[in-house]
Amino acid sequence: MTDQTLTVRFFARLREELDTGELTLPADKAQTAGDLLASLASRGGPWAQLQGSQPVMIAINQAMAKPATPVKAGDEVAFFPPVTGG
Amino acid sequence: MISIQTEDFDSGAEYTALRDSGAGTGAIATFTGLVRDSGDTQDVSGLFLEHYPGMTEQVIAGLVEEASRRWDVRKARVIHRVGRLLLQEQIVFVGVCSAHRGDAFAACEFIMDALKTSAPFWKKELSEAGEHWVEQKASDVARGEAWDK
Repeated sequence: MTDQTLTVRFFARLREELDTGELTLPADKAQTAGDLLASLASRGGPWAQLQGSQPVMIAINQAMAKPATPVKAGDEVAFFPPVTGG
Repeated sequence: MISIQTEDFDSGAEYTALRDSGAGTGAIATFTGLVRDSGDTQDVSGLFLEHYPGMTEQVIAGLVEEASRRWDVRKARVIHRVGRLLLQEQIVFVGVCSAHRGDAFAACEFIMDALKTSAPFWKKELSEAGEHWVEQKASDVARGEAWDK
């Protein structure tokens, strides 16, 4: 199928507070991971924390990325709090 | 070999398996992490561990590769559990076989330190008082960064 969408995933505290594990969004809405964060944060309520004081880590296609990293159709973009395993 | 699993592991069996790493191995360092009764909160009765399937394995594989470039690593084993864990249960196992102890200690400690700050796992502390997502510690970040120097 021709996929003009992005998959956005959330983990841990963000997944719980946004009550969302996964979203599918049109890919043409965002050029970069930072655009995507800004667009999601503008939903307000708990979503505003995506651009709040607490750090949000970004992975694109399961590799760590930065707000300036470009996103394209078919990508899996994940947002999550700093990791705490071990 | 890297395993992310809900079930417990037998650290004795893991050690025995690590011994089968060739006649050049002269040292094995292992680390096991357990669920402790206090962290960000007190009277912790257990943990819930979440991870990012797929990315977790890739990140840890990268750490083992980096350790193998920096030190003599003949065999390495990493196990990390996810899901609900009770007090004193095993969380994580790292074992490294090297020719000499210096490399075994360093590679084992590096993998563990780097895992804590780069592998996508998240811990939630569970207690009578409720649940608390653990915050990343500056001391853990500093330990991870110290290996970059």
